[in-house]
Amino acid sequence: MASAIDTLRLTAEAAMGMIERGETSAEELHRAYLDAIAERDSEIHAYLKVVEECQGSGVPIAIKDVITTEGIETTAGSKILAGYVPVFDSTVAAKLKQAGLPALGKTNMDEFAMGSSTENSGYGPTRNPWDLERVPGGSSGGSAAAVAGGMAPWALGSDTGGSIKQPASLCGLVGLRPTYGTVSRYGIIAFASSLDQVGPITKTVRDCALLYRVIAGRDPLDSTTVELPTPVELPEARDLKGMRIGLPREMNEAEGITPGVKAEAEKAIELCRELGAEVEECSLPLSIEYGLACYYLIAPAEASSNLARFDGVRYGHRSKDATSLIDMYERSRDEGFGDEPKRRIMIGTYALSAGYYDAFYGQAQKVRTVIAREHAALFERFDLIVSPTSPTVAFKLGEKTHDPLAMYASDILTIPPNMAGLPGLSIPCGLSEGLPVGLQLTGPQFSENVLFRAAHALERALEFDFVPPRLKGESR
Amino acid sequence: MPISREEVLHVAKLARLALSEEEVERFQEQLNAILEAVGKVSELDLVDVPPTSHPLALVNVVDRDEPRPSLTLEQALANAPESEADAFRVPASG
Repeated sequence: MASAIDTLRLTAEAAMGMIERGETSAEELHRAYLDAIAERDSEIHAYLKVVEECQGSGVPIAIKDVITTEGIETTAGSKILAGYVPVFDSTVAAKLKQAGLPALGKTNMDEFAMGSSTENSGYGPTRNPWDLERVPGGSSGGSAAAVAGGMAPWALGSDTGGSIKQPASLCGLVGLRPTYGTVSRYGIIAFASSLDQVGPITKTVRDCALLYRVIAGRDPLDSTTVELPTPVELPEARDLKGMRIGLPREMNEAEGITPGVKAEAEKAIELCRELGAEVEECSLPLSIEYGLACYYLIAPAEASSNLARFDGVRYGHRSKDATSLIDMYERSRDEGFGDEPKRRIMIGTYALSAGYYDAFYGQAQKVRTVIAREHAALFERFDLIVSPTSPTVAFKLGEKTHDPLAMYASDILTIPPNMAGLPGLSIPCGLSEGLPVGLQLTGPQFSENVLFRAAHALERALEFDFVPPRLKGESR
Repeated sequence: MPISREEVLHVAKLARLALSEEEVERFQEQLNAILEAVGKVSELDLVDVPPTSHPLALVNVVDRDEPRPSLTLEQALANAPESEADAFRVPASG
């Protein structure tokens, strides 16, 4: 029976239907994905850990390794947490269990979610199922590669500066970064607490809404969470009539957007018009120009504080050579952290240190206010704004690893709305150089239902095929 | 605003990182490039703009102060590199 399941094509919603109708069982589905993992993951490396036993009665799911899972090793892609087996579940992991969704495993990621290619993982990079020479994006690259490679029907990622939207874009998938505060961060290994959000990576917009429904809601264990103002609706829309869409000039004409990406985004925007939307140019003059700089002060500042907990005392790596307590802290951290966390800890510590606080961190917080105000002003006129998700398609492994600033620039279009706590949905809108291009839809806070509705109508009209061409022979 | 070798060492000390000589040199160069890029925020005159520390306008979120089960001692020590007599063991402060 398991061989009858086409894991490359099956959506989570269709899998749910198969279970309901008794055409398959949770065990059989779980086994089919484990078989696909055994077949393909040696070359893709989406998973850090696979869960052999099917625990649940529903559609299985891949979980980013930043999400704490009781009894299942959780490393956040870092050597400093090698061998760490949590004694508790994060709230999202508990919600997956309550919904009966069995875990397939923990997916690879840039160490502590710091990166845009998954090359910063302490356990080796993940490859893009569309082209093994290319990165899947990051930091949730393992989750995106697992879904695109038919090794999971859906997955959870986390997004601080674009870590769900960008890998979804580079792997031809749907990715939602939810409104800040709608998904609990309890048990999510913290990077930048005022920005981190967990969200779905899926093949379709409806799958995305289904999974968001499972994980969203206020959590007493995370005081920054709120109840959703309206329940999650499964989108049915076939048109965009009455929808007002803004096209921020600076986001659609930003330096670094390749002609191929621009062309595909423009076609999708034209399609929005054909589907009945009112599309109009608008402007975010300061958000795009100052967004990246603002983010790369605030996120490292928060990271330098959050990562102070890794001290070799309660969990994680401890240096064998230490001669005193301070020496033990310093050596354990130098041995355990990779380059990117060290760089960000250093930047953050510097930006928060005496004499530099006002000029760097304090000023960045004010820029954050400016970005939030600019976006809020646009949403008085528009229901949502649209741009490419990533300025480029998936780039080659090694292309940006020696230049941190070039890597940081991959997130130039995803960062500004994140600074304002806004929800963003990336959907595939076409191909450039044979690789997926993503379209980013951003709305005001708590506008997920509007994003789902618009993206679903667009998805139907675009008819994008999410199965990577090189794997089509294996799709049955 | 170039960051000097002494400043790199000072920040590493604050951050409790025993950087190797090779790392000190490499990070000094990279941190300079990054700080120059992020220093762009100072171009804006934002004297009258309030800072944002959090994207939602939540204030005074409180919960009932009621005891509830927490980790057992065994669970709390389960991942410790070294423990002894119900405590985390660390090297002497020296």
